[in-house]
Amino acid sequence: MIANTLPLSLTDNPILSQWIAFEPGKVRIATGKVEIGQGILTAMTQIAAEELDVAPDQIRMVSGETDVSPSEYFTSGSYSVSVGGAAIRLVCAEVRSMFLDKAAAALGCKPQELTVEGGKFLRGGKDTGRDYWSMAGAINLEKRASGTAPVKRHSQYRIVGKSLPRIDLPAKLTGAPFIHDIVVEGVVHARVLRQPWKGAHLAALDEAAVRKAAKAPIEILRDGDFLAFTSDNELAVIRAAEAARDKAKWDGGAPAPDGIGAPDWLKAQPSRSRTVEQGDKAPVPRGRTVTARYSRPFLTYGSIGTSCALAEFKDGALKVWSHTQGPSILRDWLAKALNLETRQVTVFHRQGSGAYGHNTADDCAFDASLIATKMPGRTIRVQWAREDEFLGAPISTAMAIELRAVLDAQNKPADWQIEIWSPPHAQRPGMNGNANFSGLAALPNPPPMKELNDIPDERGGGATRNGIAIYDLPRHRLIHHMLPDLPLRTSSLRGLGAWANVFAIESFIDELAEIAGEDPVTYRLALLSDPRPRKVVETAARMSGWFDGKPLPEGRARGFGFARYKNIAAFVAVVAEVEVDEEVRLKHLWAAADCGLCINPDGARNQVEGGAIQGASFVMKEQVRFEDGRVAAKTWEDYPILRFSEIPEIEIELIDNPNEPTLGLGEGAVGPTGAAIGNALARALGKRVRDLPLTRDKIMDTLLKE
Amino acid sequence: MAIKLTVNDRSVSVAADDSTPLLSVLRDELGLHGTKYGCGTEQCGACMVLIDGEPSYSCTREIGTIAGKSVTTVEGLSRDGALSPLQQAFIDEQAGQCGYCLSGILIAATALLKKKPKPSRDDIVAALDPHLCRCGIHNRVVRAVQRASGI
Repeated sequence: MIANTLPLSLTDNPILSQWIAFEPGKVRIATGKVEIGQGILTAMTQIAAEELDVAPDQIRMVSGETDVSPSEYFTSGSYSVSVGGAAIRLVCAEVRSMFLDKAAAALGCKPQELTVEGGKFLRGGKDTGRDYWSMAGAINLEKRASGTAPVKRHSQYRIVGKSLPRIDLPAKLTGAPFIHDIVVEGVVHARVLRQPWKGAHLAALDEAAVRKAAKAPIEILRDGDFLAFTSDNELAVIRAAEAARDKAKWDGGAPAPDGIGAPDWLKAQPSRSRTVEQGDKAPVPRGRTVTARYSRPFLTYGSIGTSCALAEFKDGALKVWSHTQGPSILRDWLAKALNLETRQVTVFHRQGSGAYGHNTADDCAFDASLIATKMPGRTIRVQWAREDEFLGAPISTAMAIELRAVLDAQNKPADWQIEIWSPPHAQRPGMNGNANFSGLAALPNPPPMKELNDIPDERGGGATRNGIAIYDLPRHRLIHHMLPDLPLRTSSLRGLGAWANVFAIESFIDELAEIAGEDPVTYRLALLSDPRPRKVVETAARMSGWFDGKPLPEGRARGFGFARYKNIAAFVAVVAEVEVDEEVRLKHLWAAADCGLCINPDGARNQVEGGAIQGASFVMKEQVRFEDGRVAAKTWEDYPILRFSEIPEIEIELIDNPNEPTLGLGEGAVGPTGAAIGNALARALGKRVRDLPLTRDKIMDTLLKE
Repeated sequence: MAIKLTVNDRSVSVAADDSTPLLSVLRDELGLHGTKYGCGTEQCGACMVLIDGEPSYSCTREIGTIAGKSVTTVEGLSRDGALSPLQQAFIDEQAGQCGYCLSGILIAATALLKKKPKPSRDDIVAALDPHLCRCGIHNRVVRAVQRASGI
C-alpha cells in the first residue's frame, strides 16, 4: 500500500541482516537515522513492531553505530520516517513472511494459516511452539531484500497510528542519558580554542597566563592554528579555554566584512545565477505589476546543550562517540581528514541536545578524534563552551528574496517571479567534497576548499527550498543567485531556505489579496485547485474561526500562512493571532497538518508544536550580528529566543489520511508559522515589515520609513 | 580543605577549592550527571538545582558558599526508582523532545509546587521563564506542572 519503488535507505543497504537480528527475547532493529529530539526511535520501534507482530518492548533499536547500523546519510530533511521508516517496514514484512513460510513448511500447513503474536507463531489462535527466536537459526538474513513482501494495510494496524509514549523520555526525566554523561575511567578532558573567523591565524597567546588561569596542570597542544588544552581535570581545561579566548590575538584570514548579510550587501556579491521556468511560455500579458523585497538575517541553531564527543585511538582503530546527524558520513570524512582507512574508524551515535540542523557535533567529533590520534590509548572527551557555539557553529545564512507578479483582470497572478540571493545552505561533512570540520581548517595546510554548490533542487534545494510557490500559477520563474564566496560556513538550519521563502511567498500572497480586495484565505483558495492542500487551509481557517466574523479585541490581528514542505512533504497551514502595542506579542496559533499516514499522532503534534514555536522564535527574535569580523553573540543575552512567557496558546489538528504515504513533518510548521505571524503583524500595523526579524526596531524603521 | 554539604539527603564531603562551581562538583566529584551545563552564565537554566529548597544556578555557584547547605538535583526527585508525581506528569503529558532542558525545569517546577501547591498558569510561566527550551515543549511542560498540581 505504501510505495512500489524501494526507499533509498533500502537500495543503499539491501541486505536484510543490515537491518534486523534476533537476540534473546528481543528483535534488534538497526537504523542509520538518529534521535535528535524528534522521537524517531519511538516511531521506528512502532513500524518494526507492527510489521513483525511483536510488542514494542520486544524491539531493541540500535541507532547510528557504524559497525552495525545501515548507512543512511544524514538524519535531516524530514526524511526519517518516510524513507528510513519505509525501509524498516519492508524489511520487517519480508522477514516475517520468510519465517512464516518456514514455519508453515515445518508444520505442514499454509503460511496463511499462521498468525504472529508477541513474536510467537499461532495456528488457529493456538501456540505452535515456534517463534522468531527458536527458528532464527534456520532463516538466512544474509540476502537482499526484495521489497515485495506484502506490508500490512492500515486497517490491520495495532501499533502504528497510536501515540506510543516516547521510549527515550523516562531516562531524560531521571538522570543522565546524554553523551555528555558518559563516564570513562582515565578520560582526558580537552577544550579547543576556536578561530574567530575563517583562516584566522593565532598571532599571540600568553600561555603562562592561560596555565595560571587553569589553576591545575594542563597540557597545551598546538598544531598550526588548532590549539587544545588537555587535562584529567575538566575544570582546569574549562578555565584555560576561557582565559585563552580572552587573551588570544588573531590576524590574517577573512574576517566578516561590515554590513554582511544585509539584503543590499547580498545582492552586490558575486553570484552564479540560473533561472527555472515553469508553465506557459507565451508572452507575459500586460497588467499591474507588483514587487516586494523580503529578507532574513543570519541565525544560529542554538541547542541548549553544547556539543560533546569522545574519541579513542588504540591499536590503529579510532572509536568516536558523537551526537552527529550522519554517523556513517562522519566516519568516512574523519577517516579522510585523519589519513585513516574507513575500516579503521567506528562512530557510535549517542544522544545530545536537540539538533535543529548542522550544528557543531561533527566539529566536536573531529576535535576529539584529532587529539586522540595524538594521544594514542587515551579516551579524549571534548565539550564546547556556549560562547564557542555562537562563535564557531555553522551559520544559517541571510537571504534576500524579491517577488514580482503581473496581475490579470481579476487581480490573480498571470506571471509570477521569485528571485533569491543566498549562499549555500548545506556544508555538512562531505558536501561538495569538503570535510567541513572547523578544526581541520585550523591545521597547517588544510585541504583546499572545493567549489561550493547548494543542495540541488531535486533533493529539495537549499536556498531554493520552497522557492516555487505551489499555488495555481500559469507562469512561474525562479531566479537563483547562488553566492559562493561568503567568508562563513553557511549551512543547514531546520528547513534551510524554506521558511524564509515561505515567509516571502505567503507575505506576498497577502499583499496581492489586499490589492484584490479579497480575504487572504479566500484568495489562497482561489489559487488552490488540489483538494488536499485546500482541506488543510480550510481546516486551519475553521479551527481559528477565521470566517466567523467575530471582532478581535483592540490591538489584535490574525494572519495566515501555508506551505507544503519542500513541495513534496507534509502540508501545514497556520493562523496566528498577535497583539501589538509597544511590543508585539504572539497570543495564539492554530495549525492544521496533513502528513499522510501518521505513525505516532502525539509525536507528530509535538513536532508541529515545536516547529511552530521555533518558527515564531526565528521570525520574531533571532539574528546573529557581526562585529570586528566575528559573530557578536557571546551569551543568550546577545541572541534571545522565545521564552516561556512569550509562548502562545497552540491548537493543532492532524488531518487523518492513513491511506496516503507518510510525509515528513518535522520541518513543516516552521515556515507557515513565521508567515502567519508576519501577516498578522501587517494587518495589526497597517504596514508590512519585510525584513526579519519582526522586532520593535524593525517595526519602528518600517513605520518611520513610509 | 574538605567542604561538607548534603546532596540528595546524603552527607558528602568534597575536596575542592572554594571557587569550584557546584556544577563541576556534582558532575565530576559526585558523579551526578543529571544536572547539565548549558551556558555557564545563568541564562538557560539547564544547571538548576535546589539549594535549601531555592532554585539556584549551579554553573556559577561556588562550592565555598554552600558549606552545610542541602542540595537537591534531578536524581533526588525520584525515590527508590519511583518517579515523583511531577516526573510522572511529564511522562503523562509527553513533555519532552531532546530532553536536555528537563532536569533544570523539573527542579524549578518542584520548588514552585512546594511553595504553591496550586499555582496559576501565570505562576508556572513565571517560575519557568528563566529556563530556555529550544525544541518548543513549553506548553506541554506547563500542562505537566498543572497536572502534577491536580488542576
